[in-house]
Amino acid sequence: MAASVSHVALRGLVVGRGSVAAAGPFDTGVSAGEALVVTGPNGAGKSTLLRTLAGLLPPVTGAISLEGIDAADGEPAARLADAAHYVGHRHGMKGPVTVGDNLAFWARYLGGAAKARDRLATPAEALAAVGLPGLDAIPFSYLSAGQQRRASLARLLVAERKVWILDEPTSALDAASQERFAGLVETHLTAGGIVIAATHQPLGLKAAKTLHIAPRVGPEGAAGLNDKPAPAIDDTALAEAEGWL
Amino acid sequence: MTALFLRDLRLAFSGGGGATTGVIFFLAVIATIPFGVGPDLNLLSRIGPAILWIGALLSALLTLDRLFQADREDGTLDLLIAGPLPMPIVVLAKCLALWAASCLPLVLASPVLGLFLALQPAALFAVMATLFVGTPAIVFIGAVGAAVAVALPRGGLLVSVLVLPLSIPVLIFGVSATYAAVNQPDPFWPPFMILCALTLFFGALGPLAAGAALKASGD
Repeated sequence: MAASVSHVALRGLVVGRGSVAAAGPFDTGVSAGEALVVTGPNGAGKSTLLRTLAGLLPPVTGAISLEGIDAADGEPAARLADAAHYVGHRHGMKGPVTVGDNLAFWARYLGGAAKARDRLATPAEALAAVGLPGLDAIPFSYLSAGQQRRASLARLLVAERKVWILDEPTSALDAASQERFAGLVETHLTAGGIVIAATHQPLGLKAAKTLHIAPRVGPEGAAGLNDKPAPAIDDTALAEAEGWL
Repeated sequence: MTALFLRDLRLAFSGGGGATTGVIFFLAVIATIPFGVGPDLNLLSRIGPAILWIGALLSALLTLDRLFQADREDGTLDLLIAGPLPMPIVVLAKCLALWAASCLPLVLASPVLGLFLALQPAALFAVMATLFVGTPAIVFIGAVGAAVAVALPRGGLLVSVLVLPLSIPVLIFGVSATYAAVNQPDPFWPPFMILCALTLFFGALGPLAAGAALKASGD
């Protein structure tokens, strides 16, 4: 374990597709034991931010800096993705393969330090933890939407990662499952983990920082095209941007 | 890497998809040629190696476009990109699994299908050997095409168009090595060695290029 406190900082991070900015700049940070909840209306750029954090999209400008965060192999992580789980809208599970085999594959593929291995949940235990005990021999495609979501959240438990990047983790979950999942998140935070989640529903976390992404105002796409985007654009800035365009 | 290889191999055989389609297409192409060309055994045995190679090339292309698309649709690709393994290694593992699942059966079936085309015994084994070393090159070239077209809903045609020109050298040297094995004065080893070199070259270049294309395709 690194001596310094683990910390993820976003420095002037502007996220977007290609060179078109979608949201930002973000200047915030989250330390070990903290959760950062990203909120905002549909299309505000929550998923884009999380995909950028997970290393799936390059940032438009700005940087993500890491302090004292170890990757799965025990070395200091060079990029956040090495130390993070990403749970997106799509589950990353193969329909014809059983849930247990799917999780076993991810446990083996995502791997981790050998010393961590005995502490980790087996696929069956992870499924029990998300409330799907005994379903590991069922093909993934047989599960209902909520069960599929829970099975894909079980992936968080079969391989160890310090940072959890969750994109609407509780969508399609019933109230009891949401509560159970909040418990899992609390446990992860207590163990010194970091959670960055985008959500519309409150996750039920006691201590969570909130990063609200304001909706982009502006007529027909002007917001997406201007050069220096801000979370909120006032009328003068908008007029300026339009004049510049 | 072995985990990914084994999983892809199992999916290829269990999913009722890719692997068997290629072999059945190969069988269909080769079995219809004698009916089209007519019962001239000399002609058949002369064009046989080329027919087998073209059939194998086309059936390999048939299965290529699904190489990354299924993974992209269910979100696996995101996790592979964000995962601990470098992308070229991921692509290499997937290519090897695809080759073992869809091209290795072609290689094994080629001597049997060669009998349909009245090939001489020497030519049967030459076709098998050249396909064995040549088909990996087609898969590696195809991986680049499949990676470029991964985000397109009907990428299959584009993959074929992108891949065919690049795989022509493989076809040329594969067929010429096979002919050389039958027509005595021609040397067998030089074209065979060039075929091996093509496979090694694309084996190094293909995964790198496909990995970069997949990373850039993230949305």
